[in-house]
Amino acid sequence: MTPGIGSKSVFSSDGLATLVSILRNQGYRVIAPHYDGVAVAYAEIETAADLPQGWSDEAEGGKVRYSKSDSPSRFATSQGVQGWKRYLYPPRQLLFSAERAGSGFRVVEPKNKEAPMAFLGVRSCELRAIAIQDHLFSQNGFAEPGYLGRRRGALIIAVECSRAVSTCFCASADGPEIEAGFDLKLNELASGDYLAEAGSEKGLVLLAHLILRDPDKAELAEAAGQAEAAKAGQSRQLDPEAKDLLARNLESGRWRKVAERCLTCGNCTMVCPTCFCTTVEDVTDLTGTHAERWRSWDSCFTIDYAHIAGGSLRQEASARYRQWITHKLSTWHGQFGSSGCVGCGRCIAWCPVGIDITEEVAAIRAEDRGPQKGEAS
Amino acid sequence: MKIEGLGPLVAEHPFFAGMDPAALEIVVGCCANEVFKPGAYLYRQGEPADKFYLVRDGLVAIEIYVPGRPPIAVETVEAGEIIGWSWLTPPFKWSNDARAADTVRAISIDGACLRTKMENDRTLGYEIYKRFMPIMARRLLQNRIRIVELATEPGGGE
Amino acid sequence: MDGHPLSHGLPPDPMLPRQFRIAKVKAEVPGVFTWHLTPLDGGGFAYQAGQFNMLYVFGVGEVPISISGDPRDGSKLIHTIRVAGSVTKVMAKMKAGEVVGVRGPFGRPWPIEAAYGSDVIFVTGTIGLAPLRPLIHEVLHQREQFGKVVICYGSRGTGDILYEDDLHHWRGRFDVNVHVTVHSAPAGYRGRVGSVAAAVRVARITGDSTTAFVCRSESMTKPAVDALHERGVTSDRIWVTLERNMRCGVGLCGHCQFGPTFMCKDGPVYRFDEIEPLFSVREV
Repeated sequence: MTPGIGSKSVFSSDGLATLVSILRNQGYRVIAPHYDGVAVAYAEIETAADLPQGWSDEAEGGKVRYSKSDSPSRFATSQGVQGWKRYLYPPRQLLFSAERAGSGFRVVEPKNKEAPMAFLGVRSCELRAIAIQDHLFSQNGFAEPGYLGRRRGALIIAVECSRAVSTCFCASADGPEIEAGFDLKLNELASGDYLAEAGSEKGLVLLAHLILRDPDKAELAEAAGQAEAAKAGQSRQLDPEAKDLLARNLESGRWRKVAERCLTCGNCTMVCPTCFCTTVEDVTDLTGTHAERWRSWDSCFTIDYAHIAGGSLRQEASARYRQWITHKLSTWHGQFGSSGCVGCGRCIAWCPVGIDITEEVAAIRAEDRGPQKGEAS
Repeated sequence: MKIEGLGPLVAEHPFFAGMDPAALEIVVGCCANEVFKPGAYLYRQGEPADKFYLVRDGLVAIEIYVPGRPPIAVETVEAGEIIGWSWLTPPFKWSNDARAADTVRAISIDGACLRTKMENDRTLGYEIYKRFMPIMARRLLQNRIRIVELATEPGGGE
Repeated sequence: MDGHPLSHGLPPDPMLPRQFRIAKVKAEVPGVFTWHLTPLDGGGFAYQAGQFNMLYVFGVGEVPISISGDPRDGSKLIHTIRVAGSVTKVMAKMKAGEVVGVRGPFGRPWPIEAAYGSDVIFVTGTIGLAPLRPLIHEVLHQREQFGKVVICYGSRGTGDILYEDDLHHWRGRFDVNVHVTVHSAPAGYRGRVGSVAAAVRVARITGDSTTAFVCRSESMTKPAVDALHERGVTSDRIWVTLERNMRCGVGLCGHCQFGPTFMCKDGPVYRFDEIEPLFSVREV
């Protein structure tokens, strides 16, 4: 059969292994979920056997647990520890190197020798996070060519969720259905087969390498029910008016309260798939003739983040927590036209003290006095 | 010591705006017209404080003498403002020099004379204090902000 | 992927510096010096008053520094720098002939057209005159567009007045009023002593038809704005420039955020009414 973009076909469990080796033969690094002994994170895999078959997870505030069974499922865990930004916008990036030359210096742009990447197992929340980062890194006059170059070469194979862990709340943020943003979309069926849909030419070309058959009605129904099940499995919700709610409650006493627990460790910013703050470091070797500029991930929770001559502008943990949450849920709209939160819930699961972003917004709502006269509601 | 013609000048100075005319007349009774050439002192640090001044024109510098160095100017007072409050509070001695930075026209008000009148006429006393208080509060606040500025702004000789 | 941000070519990398030679080093007030820079590649360097560059010292680091020259002078790029940290400390030791990296110009410039037809008052102090000088130059180039022009400048003492020659020169013009206020002075000093806000209170401007350009540290911006309010200058006619930690200058590192704005692209110049609510929230 020859599928078109948007039409559905099925390939077998073995077909996934074939898919991985085709991608590798084409020169892609295949990045996929992988259980590394501690957690399931996105890492480069060599074969489909590296996928976390039989692994499942559960999460609560400050707690993530993995368990193994005999299930043939390869994609039964929720999200990987960090999103795909680890690969699209790596924690350390060489921006340029420079050599002394005469009285000046010569700037050398790094050659991008990285192999293109195929992301296998991208969840709904992560697709939206990638779309958010696509947008923020391509602002007019302020674009980031490193991210855009990696992104352009990347191939996205999404997998629709059929379950949620308790920290998930993507239903409050346009999830968990996957409708766009992928080259290939997969639904892992109970039989071990995969329902596949190409979303682009790249995806179609890939599918053409596999043995495909038409799906039957039951398989279509099973796939269609997966996102519903994932939605039904969510108990947390994010207040839909968080943007204005937070904007008019900057001086709430709640910020001091959450600061009593917040360690300002920055875990939330490290696992959040949309956080993008970085710092820049200029280094030189011992001879002083070779210099490099590196960009590395940074967090608004560090005391130095808002440091100017005279000291840090956000001394209080309450101010730093407030900065993070109001940026993510409120000011992001003014900057980039959408919320910065995709509802993945990682910040809740990986916070050592289990601070819950949805709970904090609900607490603000509880004491909110409503829009004041003269303010936009 | 009634000086003809000073009444309107006193009444029009911002410090006495809105004052009851009867009270104003008592005040005028303690007034004198003064002119200071540039560099001349209105009063000297340590001397008995027995006047205050309504500055009508010119700039008055507040200079402080500290042992071991030349005196230092810390503030100037503009036309429309008043200068001198030590006459109101013991030990009734000036805590700084006041010196004309340019030609200064002022009306001096005899503090000793006015103090006695205020003691006897509490309403008059209240009117005077009511006007002094906000000015001193404002100057205190401004000087606190100046301390913030000096502590936070860069500058030479740190 | 039509219309997708990635469907056109990759943009140039805004993180690569351009080389400029230090043509001249001039000592200003203690702890402050000025560089005259010329591009190694012989090209131009247009900028607008109020903008800044990221200046790079080989292997040491980069700092955001306002441009302080006359935007109409294309012969040299002028930066006045105060020693404040590890990078500027190294900069203070550099000599004419050495080469630095420059990225920019960045930032929202002073909106000179906003002041057309009104009186103009500049309120600044210490090194604040550096980011304001290009605007003063431009206003004087178009002097006929404005009513009264008043410059209020404050410093610690008479020994650290920045650009004293320029202030004297401007004071000498019959169409500019210059008020210099110092925090302390030797006895016998004939000028104003106090805060620069005091000079604003007595400046000869008509409040309701005045545009104010304020360049002070953030802690001193509020007192200056308060003094302007007292004179009847409303917040929508007061322009300020602020400062934040900047690591990239191009809206990518996130550090310079001030409420919903990125100070490197939505600022550092702001109209005060746009940010007035944020100003009163602690540590925002």
